[in-house]
Amino acid sequence: MTGLLSSVVANHKPMLVARGAWTARNTRELAALITGLPKLSGPQSQILDMSGVEELDTYGAWSLDQLIRARTSLGETVEVTGLAQRFTGLVETVVQARKEQPIEPPRESAIAAWVIDVGRTTSEAGTDLKYLLNMLGAVGSALFAGLKKPSTFRLTSTVHHVDRVAWKAVPIILLITFLIGCIISQQGFFHFRKFGADQYVVDMIAILVVREIGVLLVAIMVAGRSGSSYTAELGSMKMREEIDALSTMGLDPVTVLLLPRVMALIISVPILTFLGSMSALYGGGLVAWAYGGMSPDIYIARLQEAITLDHFKVGMIKAPFMALVIAIVACAEGLKVRGSAESLGLQTTASVVKSIFLVIVLDGLFAMYFTAIGI
Amino acid sequence: MGGGVKSLAIKVRDVVTGFGDRVVLDHLSIDVQQGEILGFVGGSGSGKSVLLRTIIGLIPKRAGTIEVLGRNLDTLDDNERQAIRRRWGVLFQQGALFSSLTARQNVEFAMRENLNLTDAHMASIATTKLAMVGLTAQDTGKMPSELSGGMTKRVALARALALDPEVLFLDEPTSGLDPISAADFDILIRTLQRTLGLTVFMVTHDLASLHTVCDRIAVLAEGKIVAIGPMAAMLQSDHPWVKSYFRGRRAALIEPRTSSQSH
Repeated sequence: MTGLLSSVVANHKPMLVARGAWTARNTRELAALITGLPKLSGPQSQILDMSGVEELDTYGAWSLDQLIRARTSLGETVEVTGLAQRFTGLVETVVQARKEQPIEPPRESAIAAWVIDVGRTTSEAGTDLKYLLNMLGAVGSALFAGLKKPSTFRLTSTVHHVDRVAWKAVPIILLITFLIGCIISQQGFFHFRKFGADQYVVDMIAILVVREIGVLLVAIMVAGRSGSSYTAELGSMKMREEIDALSTMGLDPVTVLLLPRVMALIISVPILTFLGSMSALYGGGLVAWAYGGMSPDIYIARLQEAITLDHFKVGMIKAPFMALVIAIVACAEGLKVRGSAESLGLQTTASVVKSIFLVIVLDGLFAMYFTAIGI
Repeated sequence: MGGGVKSLAIKVRDVVTGFGDRVVLDHLSIDVQQGEILGFVGGSGSGKSVLLRTIIGLIPKRAGTIEVLGRNLDTLDDNERQAIRRRWGVLFQQGALFSSLTARQNVEFAMRENLNLTDAHMASIATTKLAMVGLTAQDTGKMPSELSGGMTKRVALARALALDPEVLFLDEPTSGLDPISAADFDILIRTLQRTLGLTVFMVTHDLASLHTVCDRIAVLAEGKIVAIGPMAAMLQSDHPWVKSYFRGRRAALIEPRTSSQSH
C-alpha cells in the first residue's frame, strides 16, 4: 500500500504509481523496486504518476532518471505526470547533469589487474634504477663543481646535517650495537662451550663485528633514522613548492639541498661505524667476563690477535659506500613526492625499504670482492 | 521540513568564544532563516571563520546556545549530533579534499558511510553530483593534487552536497579564484540553492559575491553583529566600518559593474 513505487492497472492500462519520500535514505529500496519492475506485455508505454511523492531530493531525482533509463533500454516509454512544481527544477538539473555521463568502462578482471600490476612494477624497477643513477650523476657533478669553486659548497649546511645525522645518533647507535655485542657474545659462549671452544668466541665476535655486523647495523639504523627524515623533508619541500622556488631563484636544488645531505651522511656513517663496532666489542667483552668467565685481560689480548688491520679496513671501507647508497635513495625518493599526503608516506616507506635492501646487496657484493682478492 | 512560514535554520544566542584571554565572539546573536543565503563579512581576524567553526562544533564555545534546524547542539546525544551533522554540508576554505581519494571517491565517501547503496549506484550519483557542479566526466577520476583551484572548490562543494543537506556552510567559497571563476561559482551556488532549497551560511570577503548572491548580509565587528539586512540596508548604514567596507574605494570600483549585471 505504502510502496514507494508500485505497478497497477487502471482502465486496462498498466501504470506506475510513486508515493512517499523519494530521498537519500530510500534510494536503495527504490533501486531494487526499479530493477524489479516487470516487462510490459501489451503496449510499450505507461504513465508514471508522481503526484503522491511528498519529498524528493537529488537521490530521488536520480532514481527517477534511472527508472526512465531502465525502461528506455527495454524499448518502452514512460510518461511522467503529476510531478509537483517545486521538484521540476531539481529533476531537470539532474537529468541534464546525467546526459553527459558516459557509460562506465568495464572493469579489468582481478587476474588481468594483477598481471598488469606485476608488469608495471617490473618496468618501474628499471626506471627506478635509471633515476637513481641520474641522481648519483647530478650529485657527483655538483660535487665536482663544488671542488672547482669551493665557495659554492654549503659548509654550514653540511655541518648542520653532520650534527643531526652523526652526533645526535651516537647514543642510540652505541646502545644498540652494545646490546648486539652482548647477545653475540652470550650466544657464542653458550653454544661453543659444548665442545670446549670458549676461546674462539672472541675470534667470532671480533671478525663478525668489525667486518660485518658493525657497519651493517649502523647502515640499517641510519637508513631508518636519517634516510627517512631526508625523504620526508625533501618530500614536504617538494609538496609545498619550496624546491621549485629555489630553482626559480637560480639556485640548484642539488647543490643547496642534496649535496650537503649526501656529504653529511658520507662523513657520518664511518664515524658511527667505528663507534658502533667499539661499543659492540665492549659489550661482548663485558658478557665474556660476567657470563663466560673470561678476564678482560685475556679478552683484549685475544682481540688483538684476532683483529688484523685488514678486517678493520674491510669494515670501514664499506661505510661510505653504504652512506652514499642511503643518501641517494633517500634524496631520490624525496624528490619523487607528488601533491598528496599519501604519496609522502609511500615514498618515505619506499626510501627506507629500498635503502636497506640496497645496503644488504652492496654488502654481498663487497663480500664477493674481498673473497676474490683474498682478504 | 520548512512549512509555509519561514522558520529558523540557525539560531545563535549570546555566544562567547575565545582563545586564552582573547575574546573573539562577545555575546553574539544571529538568526539565519530557512531558504536564505546569508553573507557574513568582517575584517580579517574579526572572527568570521571562528563563528562558522563554533556553529559546526569545531571550536568549543564558552557561553550561549546554538540551534541548527531547531535542535540545540549542546543537549543532543552523540547519535543525534551525528544525525544533525548529516543534514549540513561544509565547504572549507582550502577545499579540504581527502588527498588520497579521487574527486569521485571524495563525494562517495559520505554516501558510503551513511547510505546503504551499491557501488555502481554510488558512482553514478557521485558523477551526477560532480556534473551538477560543473565537472566533466574525465575530471571525476582525478586526484585532488591534479585539480586546479576552481575545480577543487567545485569538488569540495559537491562533497558538501553529497548527502543532500539542508544547510550549507561556505567558508570563503570564492577566495583564490579569478573573477570569472568566482562569478561562475556565485551563480552555481545561487542555482543550487534555488533547486535544492538550501539554506546557505556564507563567510566571504568578496563584495561581488555579496552583491549577486546574498539575500541578507551580516557584518561582524568587535565580536558582535553590527549590521544585518539586505545590501540596500548595508549601503545606508552609518557604522564606520560598514561604511568603509561597502562604500570604500574597492566597493566603488565594483558596484557599477555588479549592479549592471544583476539588472
